[in-house]
Amino acid sequence: MNFSVVVNQFWPLLINGLAVGLIYVLISLGYTMVYGVLRLINFANSEIFMVGTFATVIVTRDIFKFTSAHDALHGFKLVATLLLILLASMLFSGVTAVLVELVAYRRLRSKGTNRLASLISAIGTSIMISEGVRILTKSAPVPTPRLLTKFNLISIGGVDIRIDTFLVIISAALIFFMVDRFVTKTLLGKAIRAVSMSEETSKLMGVNLNRVISATFLIGGLVTGAAAFLYMQVYETTVFNVGFNLGLAAFTAAVLGGIGNIRGAFYGGLTLGLFEQYASAIIGGQWKAVTVFSVLVLVLLFKPNGLFGEAIQQSRV
Amino acid sequence: MVNLRDKGAALWEGWNRPKRVAFVIILIGLVGLLPYGGDFSFTSFLNTPISSYQAVLVYPVGMYVLMALGLNIVVGKSGLLDLGYVAFFAIGGYTAGILGTRTHLNTWEILPIGMGTAMIAGVLLGLPTLRLRGDYLAIVTLGFGEIVRIVALNTQSIGASTGIPSIPTPPKTFGIKFDIVHNTSYFWVVLILILLVIWMIRRFTVRRPGRAWEAIRQDEDVAILMGVPILRYKVWSFSIGAAVGGAAGVIFASKTQYVAPNMFTFNVSVLILSCVVFGGMGNMWGVILGGVLLAYLPERIRFISNARQLVFGIALVLIMNLRPDGLLPRKKREKLGAAKKAGE
Repeated sequence: MNFSVVVNQFWPLLINGLAVGLIYVLISLGYTMVYGVLRLINFANSEIFMVGTFATVIVTRDIFKFTSAHDALHGFKLVATLLLILLASMLFSGVTAVLVELVAYRRLRSKGTNRLASLISAIGTSIMISEGVRILTKSAPVPTPRLLTKFNLISIGGVDIRIDTFLVIISAALIFFMVDRFVTKTLLGKAIRAVSMSEETSKLMGVNLNRVISATFLIGGLVTGAAAFLYMQVYETTVFNVGFNLGLAAFTAAVLGGIGNIRGAFYGGLTLGLFEQYASAIIGGQWKAVTVFSVLVLVLLFKPNGLFGEAIQQSRV
Repeated sequence: MVNLRDKGAALWEGWNRPKRVAFVIILIGLVGLLPYGGDFSFTSFLNTPISSYQAVLVYPVGMYVLMALGLNIVVGKSGLLDLGYVAFFAIGGYTAGILGTRTHLNTWEILPIGMGTAMIAGVLLGLPTLRLRGDYLAIVTLGFGEIVRIVALNTQSIGASTGIPSIPTPPKTFGIKFDIVHNTSYFWVVLILILLVIWMIRRFTVRRPGRAWEAIRQDEDVAILMGVPILRYKVWSFSIGAAVGGAAGVIFASKTQYVAPNMFTFNVSVLILSCVVFGGMGNMWGVILGGVLLAYLPERIRFISNARQLVFGIALVLIMNLRPDGLLPRKKREKLGAAKKAGE
């Protein structure tokens, strides 16, 4: 137990917590949106994230031919390269998510069978993807070449904000804002919200259920892919089971905010990210996962609908 | 294949008591002789290529069947999705590890203690969380499984990441030796435990708890209206399942003579749950079949060892899509109620 660290390191921990929390927010969208329309945990979302991290590595290393020793990029070229890699990562994850829906959920859904069968089938898909990657990479961690020279961007009151942290915070917040706008303002978003309120009624209103569910998986996958890209800019290494702990944390964030609730996921992710940073500073990093789950259990006991559960009906998926 | 379960049941119904007793005794005898199956040429196809066949029969096959039966009480009978079943296995294993190395208790004395500890853990976890909705319960139990593993990993006094080595094997009992070369003796112990669990489940099923679990699984609201104290029966189901997991853990620890946190990962929970769903949730014989297949086949096809988990994943997806109720599903009558509920 070391409480003084919270006082000494208050601002750095806050910045890190924001960055980690925003990555959780993006991944938890993949859980919360799918849960909204299917009422099922998207068990393969952690693998969708993992695919995104590997897409980032492959595009950076094998398509753009960057090595760890290359000259630093600057200005427009840097921004364009990063954007292209981001898009590739989102695309890979998005396509994976749509495939997961096709393989794991669609047939079982059309049969209308029990939920456990869908869950096991999703777990099976998840095992398939992660084992496939494990065999291909021989279980070894894979580093990505560094594109961003990590300098301190700004220093406020003795607290340095590094360029990659800054990038994560700004882009994640922006992406979240875009998803939120999409779901609340567009026709497809409206359809997604309708399906999550009542599948039967939205079918009667002429919503194409299969298309909406595919679209939900696609959006969830795209956002998770973006999270994977941002994660790789900060941590720079990935491994076949990278998604496991992050996926659990992101799911916790989704439940914290009230699962199925998009804005709830935002607050849930931030709360969890910050809590995790301070808690592991106090009681040690190895207990991080335990603190995450303790939060989850406590929230479920006292506020089973999540901290922001039913309050924000408008943006409920 | 489709009506294999019903055909078996019809055959069984048609027999009188002596016929049934004889059948059961012969069946138990045959299963008891399984460890010798690898020795004869006409059954040598049973042999597993890398691990010793007798060892495979104990772990994973016997252990998986035992735990799948325990988990079936929770998932199959009462419809509570538990994704952290490994926690109880770990608690049993660590109880055996701690008591076996620090006290003079032997395995048979530790067995009830391990079951009791797992049961208490089940009650402590169950009381607050069993009020939750199904999906939340799944994730909380998953978290609990991870917490148990992380606590074991970070506690120096129980060996942290190295675990507890040199756990004593059971003493010589009724002239049967237990040590590293006598895998067959362990198999018989596991078989006896499996038979006890089967007997227990059959008793429960026809009595009040079984009926209460069935009611809870089919429709919780109706069960409440009919006056079933659902929390009490859910906690019972949860802790009985936990006790079976604890028993498996104790035997496992005294067989491998070693426990470490990395033996108790989330993958084990997933595997056990897969045995239950793969074989046919709620139907004991289906669960046993699922446990045998999912534990034995990966060992048998070990020559593709690197890809066997991949094959496992593909098999899960295929079977679930082709036979969503498992290989040997429960009776039609029961399924009708479940289908109605799902259709709402």
